[in-house]
Amino acid sequence: MTTRRNFAFLDENSKKEIRRTILKAIAIPGYQVPFASRELPIARGWGTGGLQVSLSLVGTEDVVKVIDQGSDESVNAVNIKKMITDTTGVTTTVHTDEATLIQSRHRVPEVPLKEGQTLILQVPIPEPLREVEPSEQKTKEMHAHADYSVSWLHLFEQIVKYGQASMHADYPVIVNNRYLMAPSPIPRFDNPKLHQNEGLILLGAGREKKIYAVPPYTNVKSIDFEDYPFERESFVGKACRLTGATDVYLDELKDEETGEAYYLINDQSYMLELLNKQEGVTG
Amino acid sequence: MTEQPILQVKNMNKQFGTGCVNCLDHPEYLEKNYCPTCGTVYACRAINLEVFEGEILGIVGESGSGKSTLMQTLYFDQAVTSGEYYLDKYKSGQVNLYEAGVYQQKEVRNMLLGMVYQNPMLGLRMKFSSIANIAEKMIAANHRNVGEMTERGQELLDKVNIPIFRAKEAPQNFSGGMQQRVQIAKALSNKPPVLLLDEVTTGLDLSVQADVLDLIKTIQRDLKISMIVVSHDLSVIRMLADRTMVMYNGEVIEEGLTDQVLEDPQHAYTQQLVYSLL
Repeated sequence: MTTRRNFAFLDENSKKEIRRTILKAIAIPGYQVPFASRELPIARGWGTGGLQVSLSLVGTEDVVKVIDQGSDESVNAVNIKKMITDTTGVTTTVHTDEATLIQSRHRVPEVPLKEGQTLILQVPIPEPLREVEPSEQKTKEMHAHADYSVSWLHLFEQIVKYGQASMHADYPVIVNNRYLMAPSPIPRFDNPKLHQNEGLILLGAGREKKIYAVPPYTNVKSIDFEDYPFERESFVGKACRLTGATDVYLDELKDEETGEAYYLINDQSYMLELLNKQEGVTG
Repeated sequence: MTEQPILQVKNMNKQFGTGCVNCLDHPEYLEKNYCPTCGTVYACRAINLEVFEGEILGIVGESGSGKSTLMQTLYFDQAVTSGEYYLDKYKSGQVNLYEAGVYQQKEVRNMLLGMVYQNPMLGLRMKFSSIANIAEKMIAANHRNVGEMTERGQELLDKVNIPIFRAKEAPQNFSGGMQQRVQIAKALSNKPPVLLLDEVTTGLDLSVQADVLDLIKTIQRDLKISMIVVSHDLSVIRMLADRTMVMYNGEVIEEGLTDQVLEDPQHAYTQQLVYSLL
């Protein structure tokens, strides 16, 4: 006996509730909206927040791309992509500019988003104040009063101790001049890409049951001090070994034969596109 | 022309519990400040106080007399049941701060008040560096310049006699007296006109007590800051306070110049307090 699964796995009422949550999240940029996180065939904390957002939004016309830390081919990305296509029949792509829905873990693609595209980020800990304040009630009050001095204090302490900000991923940002937001563990290299982005950015935390959003053309500012302005990771003097690219986020790898460190573009579909262009290959 | 107080509290009441027919408006029914029927505690009853520029007001009283509750309401750690609270420096003393919004209270707390708690755990982040602890109050008052805040922090640490080379160390590594001095430095960071000191020397050994008291006296003399000093230790009050209020069961039972109150106590409880001094 075969049972017919619903389109995009989740039942229509669940998807409707999630879409309603997304609308509220878009209406209040950076504010964490609670939702009834559903059970999925993968465990919570493995991308279920992003997956539920993707499944609720995907339609038959959509073209889906899934990335895991810059890779379209990691086990996590492949399996999430499989689940979406198996339950919907939509087409997939590795090219950022062809996709309408992009689910990503811990990276914003190097190719800038355009209007009409949606980036869905998987979030482990949506609360940027959680590390300093364990109580949910207290962090809610702090958000209500825009009382974020403790985050700047944290940054101050890092500057005092290490001479610079020591957070490399999940570097907090202020969205629309109001809410402090965890951008999910993207490297802080990607933080400036959130500012005035043309695409819609949705962030889903399945285990913590929160959805929040950065709508297109929204101001996003990383927290900093006047005399210690926000800086991205520096790749000065380093370039991708295969493409020679310098203005991108690079992975450091070790050459097994010579023992030397070398660098490659982290966003693998972007590296593929660059290589194809350099070698004159189309498609 | 009469001098204007810079801090004024009028008819402040604070009760824990809703009260019942027996105790509301019948203070004679209470056992001390506690209603035996409904269990309501009347922690502060009809408190009036005024503090003038550069003066130190002492508040004495036994445990449970309402001193700390009064201090906590002045720093907005607790809400009052009823009453008025004015600061000369905030909107010319026209706004009742007890009824002001959370934003306004936060602003007053960060800009116009400094608090030193008996327990440094309440006033400091024990695992953050001392300099960051001092900066916290400045950050809360919207300072966003690391260089300026570090400079001010070092200046304050120097003032409270903590060596600059320990500025990056966390208060959890410090002795009790040093922790108290970091708290004082933090409280002073935004140059507040009023400093609130709640049992600052309790629990410190005698030589360290003397150290901290000396520091407080110096700060008052050099910076002309007004202070409210709460203590159950009469010798602390005698040394620091210009005027003294005596609290008992949530009420102010006696007030006047410190010398007068301590040398010629009028109320039976004050007499007992003064003569039980070892």
